[in-house]
Amino acid sequence: MSLFRVFDIAGSAMTAQSVRLNATASNLANAESATSSSGQPYRAKQVVFAATPLTASQPQAVGVQVATVSEDPSPARMVYDPKNPLADGNGYIAMPNVNVVEEMTNMISASRSYQTNADMMNTAKVLLQRTLQLGQA
Amino acid sequence: MLSSLNNYFAFNEAALKLRGTRQEVIASNIANADTPGYKARDFDFGQTLSNAMAAQRGASNEMGLARTDGRHLAGKPHSTLEVDLMYRNDVQPSIDGNTVDMNTEMRNFTDNAVRYQASLTFLQQRISGMRTALQSQ
Repeated sequence: MSLFRVFDIAGSAMTAQSVRLNATASNLANAESATSSSGQPYRAKQVVFAATPLTASQPQAVGVQVATVSEDPSPARMVYDPKNPLADGNGYIAMPNVNVVEEMTNMISASRSYQTNADMMNTAKVLLQRTLQLGQA
Repeated sequence: MLSSLNNYFAFNEAALKLRGTRQEVIASNIANADTPGYKARDFDFGQTLSNAMAAQRGASNEMGLARTDGRHLAGKPHSTLEVDLMYRNDVQPSIDGNTVDMNTEMRNFTDNAVRYQASLTFLQQRISGMRTALQSQ
């Protein structure tokens, strides 16, 4: 029954989008974390998706999974703040390379995708319910 | 009697199954809207359905190659409800190589869901018609 696989597909997408939302939340929360447990400024985390066939025999059902959570390689934002104890010899302090605008658009995109996939599940549910009523009086 | 009942429902059954499969394919497209490099897929519903019906009627859908030697391989006929997935042309190319256009996909998804319900209604009508014919007056 292929409609049941719509649940698997939409479910995998919702999981992946919530991982992305999680990464965005962590990036925004740490936008000002000049230091971390490693002593380095926080680096923005980006989630990369990959398409995965749900079953080998059914190539048309393709779900989503999180391939990697990579760290943004762009250089840290240098802020001039000589009074800060973390400042280097020139009075500059390395701040996380989190781009707040980018994170906000990422967040909107993730939440919209999440909504669409929830809608998709709803449609599949309605169709299945109607199919189950088939032949009844 | 049973086999003629089977024939009576065969068309609607095939249509319903293919609608389910198409729903799944479009769900995969929507789920992978943010996957880099994912190519949107779909199949020609009318063509697939008429192939399935031709196969059901027993018409040969083998590839029409002449076999002039006993060692030539015979063409393998498609199973009746196999779909030929094709790639959609992209509307607006994106940097990450993803060709999912959300407008097209949502349109197709809704369209397919409504047509699935229409197929269900037709099947329901056929069942109640058959039931009326079988009842004593």
